[in-house]
Amino acid sequence: MKKTFNLKKFLSNNAIIILIAALALIVGFTTDNFFSGSNLKNLIINVSPRFIIACGVSGCLITKGTDLSAGRQVGLAACLSAMLLQSVDYAARMLPGLPDIPVFVALLIVLVIMAVFGAINGCVIAFLKVPPFIATLGMQTIVYGLCSVITDNQPMGGYKPSYSKVALGSLGPIPYLALFAILVGLFMLFLYNKTRHGKYMYAIGGNENAAQVAGVNVPATLIRIYVLASVLYALAGFLVGAKAGGASTATGNGYELEAIAACTIGGVSTNGGVGKVGGILIGVLVFEILKICLQFLKVDPAYTYIAQGLVIIVAVALDLRKYLAKK
Amino acid sequence: MSEYRLEMRGVVKTFPGVKALDHAQLQLRPGTVHALMGENGAGKSTLMKCMFGIYHMDEGEVIYEGEKVQIKGPLDALNRGIAMVHQELQPIPERSIGENIYVGRYPTKKLGPVTVIDHDKMYEDAAKVLKEVHLNYDPKAKLGTLSVSQMQLVEIAKAVSADCKVLILDEPTSSLTAAEVEALFTIVDELRARGVSIVYISHKMDEILRISDEVTIMRDGQYIGTWAAKELTTDMIITKMVGRELSNLYPPRENVPGEVVFEVKDFTSINPKSFRHASFQVRKGEILGVAGLVGAQRTELMEGLFGLRCHSAGTVTYKGKELKINQPKDAINNGIAMLTEDRRATGILGVLSIADNVSIASLNQYLIGGIMLDDKKIEQLVQDNVAKLSIKTPSSKTLIQSLSGGNQQKVLISRWLANDPDIFILDEPTRGIDVGAKYEIYCIIADLAKQGKSIIMISSEMSELIGMSDRIMVMCDGRVTGFIDGDKANQENIMALATQFE
Repeated sequence: MKKTFNLKKFLSNNAIIILIAALALIVGFTTDNFFSGSNLKNLIINVSPRFIIACGVSGCLITKGTDLSAGRQVGLAACLSAMLLQSVDYAARMLPGLPDIPVFVALLIVLVIMAVFGAINGCVIAFLKVPPFIATLGMQTIVYGLCSVITDNQPMGGYKPSYSKVALGSLGPIPYLALFAILVGLFMLFLYNKTRHGKYMYAIGGNENAAQVAGVNVPATLIRIYVLASVLYALAGFLVGAKAGGASTATGNGYELEAIAACTIGGVSTNGGVGKVGGILIGVLVFEILKICLQFLKVDPAYTYIAQGLVIIVAVALDLRKYLAKK
Repeated sequence: MSEYRLEMRGVVKTFPGVKALDHAQLQLRPGTVHALMGENGAGKSTLMKCMFGIYHMDEGEVIYEGEKVQIKGPLDALNRGIAMVHQELQPIPERSIGENIYVGRYPTKKLGPVTVIDHDKMYEDAAKVLKEVHLNYDPKAKLGTLSVSQMQLVEIAKAVSADCKVLILDEPTSSLTAAEVEALFTIVDELRARGVSIVYISHKMDEILRISDEVTIMRDGQYIGTWAAKELTTDMIITKMVGRELSNLYPPRENVPGEVVFEVKDFTSINPKSFRHASFQVRKGEILGVAGLVGAQRTELMEGLFGLRCHSAGTVTYKGKELKINQPKDAINNGIAMLTEDRRATGILGVLSIADNVSIASLNQYLIGGIMLDDKKIEQLVQDNVAKLSIKTPSSKTLIQSLSGGNQQKVLISRWLANDPDIFILDEPTRGIDVGAKYEIYCIIADLAKQGKSIIMISSEMSELIGMSDRIMVMCDGRVTGFIDGDKANQENIMALATQFE
């Protein structure tokens, strides 16, 4: 069998990426400041937490699942971080009696708390066999409710400087946010390609029954996937909160759809078993570039939502076409 | 008017990368049974799907009752009197038998300004056609309450209800018992006597030679020829299908069965209708065949031993040590391997590479520092197996779904070889595999036995069981009904045990 380059196939497999790249070029040459350092930095800062969230949800998608609670988990993590990391001398402190906690200790606490939600998602899906769509839809609402309860629906601010610095600081030219994303990306590359967990994940996505026959511990693998997803949402929530300088129950709203869309654009198949970390990064970049283009074109934010929704549907339709064509 | 009811000429159909049909043809006389034969992938089903309008052919023509026609789709075909019973039935189990027969073309009546479905007429008509296929069942019953063979009769009833002149039967007997096959043949005979032209696709030579008037043989999408069934023998058909002489159907076996190593006692399912009180032994280096009719619960028993199904009683011992098996992992850790019956559903990981498919069950062996997988070691394993089992593949990164059935099966065998198991459970190891590749699989099995592995092989092909087994265990309705030595086994004594219903 010879591998020949098939232009038509290449175009249809990468239609959205090509379209948005073209859009970026057009916007870039017709408006000022699109190709500027500050815009690039803006892009990187926006992409970083979203890439981390997309990495989290990718494992769910590769195993033919999904995680609709991703956005709300990001929100809860941001709120938890906020509660733990408000300045001691801030008047409207949510937890007035709380001593000063080092930033990394607070992060650890948030990661552990959020992991519990992932474990619950994973157990419900692996043992109770609730379809991931329903299980995580329920979790989405539960997490939102919990977040409202613990924050009393009050937005929080007044972070201590060391927490704000996580988002604002940089190592040389590289923002800390991007460093986190790079570390997560490298970790995911290793996990997906070089470990048993990665192979088992792809096997379950490819054919769950066959994976079971081959001795794969399907429930354990699924639970690990959902726990890791929640830990990554927690990290992203921690960063998003730092970046925004505040958090509320609205933080993270809708992030799950952006993440799922980015994964799909980047070649993670909703049919399961397929998806690469590099593709996820491309998907997130493409989605963010689309948003920035629409901003530069001064499109009303309301229409931006419509455009994003369309891109999600088209991306999935194009993905499924690849598999339909084979029949 | 020509002598043929339906003619297909010069049919070409190309799928991405494959020429599925290359100037294929078929000529059907009225009132005959016409067998269509060929190896898997020869294009039989594709040709029939072109006739039935599921596929549109790239080139070629269909002449039906003397007229050149273009069949636009299944409904068009049905309206013209061409009906097809698919190999894989597509029933709607939760709806009634009548609705399944008339789905898509329900009889209607006017209710004021609205057109509604005429349920009374539908069930009346359904009852009539059910009688014609000798199925005494209430047409209002849910289809899901029927057995597979009865559902097949419903499909034939559907064809009869369309007053068909051409009926395509795609492997109709693959899941039927001997008695059910007889019942089906009676109906086929009646339809033939009525002047219906029947296309009969099957791999079972004895059936073909018995039921058909004419035989058309295809190979690699091409038309090889058409013969009167009377002129043909099994050997001739195989030679024409494969395109070369097959001197031996089975390899010589040099395995020497040793002491008993694997012992199953009183193994009973939690499901009272499934396997119960099954006891048997397997020797080192022995090939134990497992015979039985559909529904004998052979697969269920083996899946139970492998931890895929639950059991309520019974013990499994290997070399005197009792094994606790509750999930496949336990079986694998105790040196048991299993090739499942349905390769696509529970065997291959379709969208994954050959390397991933080979290594998935033995990843623990290729770890560096307990965490990282050693890609070089895995590649070496794959290359060794590709060479050893002569797997035909462009590279180890090729997706397994693009391989032929025989090569997929070899990849799955490699998966287990990597674990060096002592007991191989093979459930229909040559199902859906070409005649040529079958021989290679037999050689692999014989070689494993020679190395001292114990083989348990389920097969529905009687000749395969007799040709390969040292001993044959026969099951009927969930029970082990007897054992026959391989050299004393024949169709008759196996069938006698396989039909020992209580």
